[in-house]
Amino acid sequence: MRSSSLIRAVVVALAAIFAAVACGTGGTQSAGSVKVIAVWTGQEQAAFMAVVKPFTDSTGIKISYESTRDEDAILTSRVAAGNPPDLAAAPSPQLLTQFAKQGKVVALNDAVDVNALQQSTAKTWVDLGEPLHDGKLYQIFSWAAVKGLIWYDPKNFSAKGYNVPNSWDSLQALQTTIKGAGTTPWCITVNSGSASGWPASDWLKEIVLSQSGPDVYDKWVAGTQKWTSPEIKQAWQTFGQILGPNDANVYGGSQYVLATDFGAVGTPMFASPPKCYMLNQASFITSFFTSANPALQAGTDFNFFPLPDLSSQFTGAHVVAGDSWSMFHETSQAKQLIKYLTTADAQAIWVKRGGKLAVNKQVNLNDYPDVLSKESAQIIVNTQIAKYDATDNMPADMRSAAWKGLLDFIQNQSKLDSILKSLDTVQASAYKS
Amino acid sequence: MDFSILLQDIPTLLVVIIGVPAVLVAYIVGGEYLIRRLPDENRPQVRPWLWVGPALVIVGGILLLPAIATVIQSVQDNHGNFVGLQNYATQLADFPSGGSWIAIRNNVLIWLIFYTLFVLAFGLALAVLFDRVGYETLVKTLIFMPMAISSVALGVIWKFMYWYQPAGASQTGTLNAFVTFFHHEPVAWLQDQWPNGIGILDNLAVVTAATWGIVGFSMVILSAALKGIPGELLEAARVDGAGELTIFRRVIFPLMMPTIVVVGTTLVIFALKIFGEVYVMTNGNYNTDVLALRMFNLLYLSHNNAAASAVAIILLIAVIPVLIFNLRQFRAVEARR
Repeated sequence: MRSSSLIRAVVVALAAIFAAVACGTGGTQSAGSVKVIAVWTGQEQAAFMAVVKPFTDSTGIKISYESTRDEDAILTSRVAAGNPPDLAAAPSPQLLTQFAKQGKVVALNDAVDVNALQQSTAKTWVDLGEPLHDGKLYQIFSWAAVKGLIWYDPKNFSAKGYNVPNSWDSLQALQTTIKGAGTTPWCITVNSGSASGWPASDWLKEIVLSQSGPDVYDKWVAGTQKWTSPEIKQAWQTFGQILGPNDANVYGGSQYVLATDFGAVGTPMFASPPKCYMLNQASFITSFFTSANPALQAGTDFNFFPLPDLSSQFTGAHVVAGDSWSMFHETSQAKQLIKYLTTADAQAIWVKRGGKLAVNKQVNLNDYPDVLSKESAQIIVNTQIAKYDATDNMPADMRSAAWKGLLDFIQNQSKLDSILKSLDTVQASAYKS
Repeated sequence: MDFSILLQDIPTLLVVIIGVPAVLVAYIVGGEYLIRRLPDENRPQVRPWLWVGPALVIVGGILLLPAIATVIQSVQDNHGNFVGLQNYATQLADFPSGGSWIAIRNNVLIWLIFYTLFVLAFGLALAVLFDRVGYETLVKTLIFMPMAISSVALGVIWKFMYWYQPAGASQTGTLNAFVTFFHHEPVAWLQDQWPNGIGILDNLAVVTAATWGIVGFSMVILSAALKGIPGELLEAARVDGAGELTIFRRVIFPLMMPTIVVVGTTLVIFALKIFGEVYVMTNGNYNTDVLALRMFNLLYLSHNNAAASAVAIILLIAVIPVLIFNLRQFRAVEARR
């Protein structure tokens, strides 16, 4: 009797499932969970898990974490399908601002005490969290990074008798000296999947801010400063001087710059003998240094100096960035997690892991794992002109066009005028929607 | 593993486990019950519709309706206002480097021609050559194996193959280790827009990777067609004094032609909708963009649904002639029987 044994099998299977369901729900006194999407994998994911562990331990709320390197696409399609995560952390506030405009994210004013936040955080970060300027907080920042830090290996510098440059001119002079000794001064690598080109945009942003000041920078971000304008063009040309004629200042030339992942930028610098002496990257790069070579020690094997001022008019200008959070489902668990992430306790765990700086001012400087992150934390505190990452605040179209333009520029600097012209075309349409 | 996530939404779980089969059974049993109530002569007309009905509903719901919606969206702006063919005009503006032109060029000139030819030529050559050796099954299995690899994994593997280090440094990429062994400068395969910034080299590098992944497919099908050729024909040709090359040209190739055309048109469709390999290996940078990737980027990076719809329709229009040809060919083969 085949059919009756089949039915029996189905009944047994269903009974087993019901039993499992019953046990599952009855067995644990669940405090619920929060679904989170972010870009962090590997070390960064481990750091996030360490940050939320005390939260889960004390509240019982579980974190179900999903990571993706193509967050724009994943989040957009999940929001469109009506299936967003409870919380998302994004390296580009522009994406989350887009969702705020569409009314897809919930304001955080209920979850976070905004007055307390203003006490504990620099004004820049709270302002950035209110992108619609309607008094509603849509984003909070869990950590920050200082951009435009020039990393070098002090042992290499002292071996050759090089001094840390304190002005743009002395940086240029050092560049010439290093080239004269038959080595390339710089390491630059810009490959990063669908975001390829962003490390080069860091150079450009830093130069624009330091060369032409915060007003031009703000207009540039807002889309009212043309790419073909003299200020922006000058910044590209200055970046071209760093690359050198025919990329002669950069290890491996343009092909290597384009073909190599951004995280591997330090490898030739730590080679023996060094293939390059300096690289420009945000403070997070140290975690890539030490994961590639755990023997490297902050301070003795790598150190940094801020990119020297390009103009005496705008001294101490720095570009900063950070990962921001938004809430898509207003659940009490999600609100508790958001609140927890703004606390000094949570951010202290993050900074102890290295590479990240707290936006919460109450985080003790002694919590920073090494002297370097302590110094960069002080830069954030002391910066006279702090501006958020420009390309990350431009519309996505503009941002990816700028990245692509920089890739073309690295490949062939003589194309600058046509690159800037096409960026103007994108600018004319990208800001409309 | 933590399976607790499965238990978070028990009603959904029950609907999926019990509801879906229950509805299907009810549909079939109920439908048959109603058909039995019909007069005898009407039953053969109604019964097929009962069985193809679910398939029609699914095809209509998830293929036809979205396609129509895409057409409508492609003539609107992002706020739903009718703008005529403006989205298409934007995509087709500034020939030869603006709009979608680079993507169209790569799809039509590079992928459609080189990918299809490479895969057919290699597939045919491998099928014919392996037919003559004793270890055929083993090598065919090996050649077929990359088919099991997803396009993303394939892209990652080939990125390692193409890895670039400057001249003088030790080359970790297989291909550059090879070319530097012969004292040639290393080549940045995926970034080098040889010749003259036109970008043939980097595109062909991606095409080669994709070819490696699919060649087993054409080899297996062509090999089956080859085995279907009666031995007497080949024997008769040999008796008449034909050499092996002549036999291939005059007997084997014409007899395999219908199969080659079917595999070829399938490959053309693959070539037009290529996405994964490009996404992983170059992300459309350095003049390697293709239409499917452009559509993806417009949709998810630019949030420009209207432009993405226009690109989707351009892609659809490009595929339609191939589909018609494919159907005609299919009918011709049927008629010959």
